[in-house]
Amino acid sequence: MAHLRFHVRFPEDKVKEPIIYQIGREYNIVTNVRRADVRETTGWIDVELSGDTAEIERAVAGLRTKGCIVDPIELNVVE
Amino acid sequence: MMSKMKALVCRECGKEYPTKAIHVCEMCFGPLEVKYNYEEIKKAISRKKIEDGPHSMWRYIDLLPVEGTNFVGPHAGFTPLVRAKNLGSYLGLDELYIKNDTVNHPTLSFKDRVVAVALTRARELGFETVACASTGNLANSVSAHAAAANLHCYVFIPGDLEAAKVLGNLIYKPHVVEVDGNYDDVNRLCSEIAGEHGWAFVNINIRPYYAEGSKTLAFETVEQLGWKTPDQVVIPMASGSLLTKIWKGLHEMKALGLIDNVRTKINGAQAEGCSPISTAFKAGRDFFKPVKPKTIAKSLAIGNPADGYYALKATAESKGSMDMVTDEEVVDGIKLLAQTEGIFSETAGGVTIGVLKKLVKQGVIKKNEVTVAYITGNGLKTQEAVINSVGRPVRIQPSLVHFEKTFKMGKNGGGGA
Repeated sequence: MAHLRFHVRFPEDKVKEPIIYQIGREYNIVTNVRRADVRETTGWIDVELSGDTAEIERAVAGLRTKGCIVDPIELNVVE
Repeated sequence: MMSKMKALVCRECGKEYPTKAIHVCEMCFGPLEVKYNYEEIKKAISRKKIEDGPHSMWRYIDLLPVEGTNFVGPHAGFTPLVRAKNLGSYLGLDELYIKNDTVNHPTLSFKDRVVAVALTRARELGFETVACASTGNLANSVSAHAAAANLHCYVFIPGDLEAAKVLGNLIYKPHVVEVDGNYDDVNRLCSEIAGEHGWAFVNINIRPYYAEGSKTLAFETVEQLGWKTPDQVVIPMASGSLLTKIWKGLHEMKALGLIDNVRTKINGAQAEGCSPISTAFKAGRDFFKPVKPKTIAKSLAIGNPADGYYALKATAESKGSMDMVTDEEVVDGIKLLAQTEGIFSETAGGVTIGVLKKLVKQGVIKKNEVTVAYITGNGLKTQEAVINSVGRPVRIQPSLVHFEKTFKMGKNGGGGA
C-alpha cells in the first residue's frame, strides 16, 4: 500500500462541496487530512491518500476533474 | 562544543526531528527547518572570528547546517556589495548598494550558496547520489558541484525546455532526465521519486539544509556595510525562500549579539506574469492563490510557491512592501543596471531593479535610506530576454576618414555618434 501526500486547493465555487468525502467513496483509498484552512471563498487541505498507487493516481485525477488544484505536499519543487 | 544543530523543527506545529534527510512533519505535514543551539553558537562566534575566516560564505559556518569542514563548493559566496552611485543618483537614492551574485562561484547565480550547503550536508549524511528538479540556475549549480565532488547526479527537466538551458547542464555530464510532460508533471514525478529512492534531492528532502544557504546573503550584507543592517532591501521572489531566509539571517545576527538591532524593511519583487505572493500582499491577504506562470523571468516562475505564506509573514513583520513589474519593465531594469553600474543581470535582476524603481517612486523607499538590491543571477544566462532591445553595432568602412565622419570627429578627437 502506498501513502502519498498532497496539497489540495479548492476554487471558490467548490468550497461548500464535500469533495474529500466523495473521493473516499468513489475510489478505493483512505483519506487522512492533517492540516486545513477553509474559508468562505477559498480553502486548502494537506491530505494523505493511502491505497494502491494506480488507485491514488485515479483519485488525484478525480480531484482535478472536480475543479481542485492538486500539488505534491512540497508545492512547486522545480526551481 | 555540542552540535550547533539542535534538531529539525516543524514550522507549523513545532514538533522536533533528528537532523536527517527529512523535510515534512509527520504530524501535520508542515515544512521542517533547522533549529540551532544559539547559546552554544554565541560562545563560539564573533565579528573577529568571521572577519578572519575564509573569503567565501563559509566564514559564517557557525550559522550553517553542516558538521564538518569538508565543503562542497568551497568558493561560493562573499560576492561584492557594490556602492551603486550612478543608479542611486538616477533613482534619487543617496546610498544604494547592489549585492552582486551575478559573479557567484561556480555557476554565476545565488543558487551556488544553497547548493554548496545542500551537497556538503548530503555528503555528511552519506548520500552518493544527488538530484534536483529545475529549469535553469539550480540545475546548473547542482550539476557543477556534483561534478567537482564526484557525486552521482540526476537533473530532471521538462521536455519543452530550451536547448541552451539543457546545454548548461550537459557540459558537467550529469544524468539529464527530460520528462515527457509539462512543469506540473515533472513537479509531481520528482516529489514521488524523492519519496521512493535514497537520493539527496536538494530542494525536496534536503531542503531544510539547502534553504539555510540563503542566509549568507544577509550575513554578508551586514558585514560589508560595516556590521550595520540596511534600512531597506529588495529581494526577488520565486518560492519566497530567499526572502524568508534573509529575514531569518538578520535576526540570528541580532540574537547572537553581532548587531544591536534589525531595522530593515524587507521588500519582495515578482514579475506580473507570475506574482502570486505580491498579488496577495497588495490585496491585503495572508494567503496566495496559485497561478500559471507567463513571464520572461523564468527563474522566478513558480506559480505555487512553497514559502509564499512565510514570505508574506516576514514582509509584514518587517513593515516592508511588495510589488510586481511587467516583462517590458524587466527588460528596462536589466538595461538600466547594466548601463549605470556595468552589471549584466539575468531577468530576475530586472524584476528587482524594476520593483526598486517603483518603490522609490511610491515613496516606500526614501532618499536617505540605506538600500540594498539583491541581484541573483548573471545576464549571460538569459540573453534572449534582451537580444531585440539592445540595438546594433555601428558599421563602418575600414578607413580613418569614414570612422571620423561617422563619429563626427575632428583631428583632435571629440565628437560622438
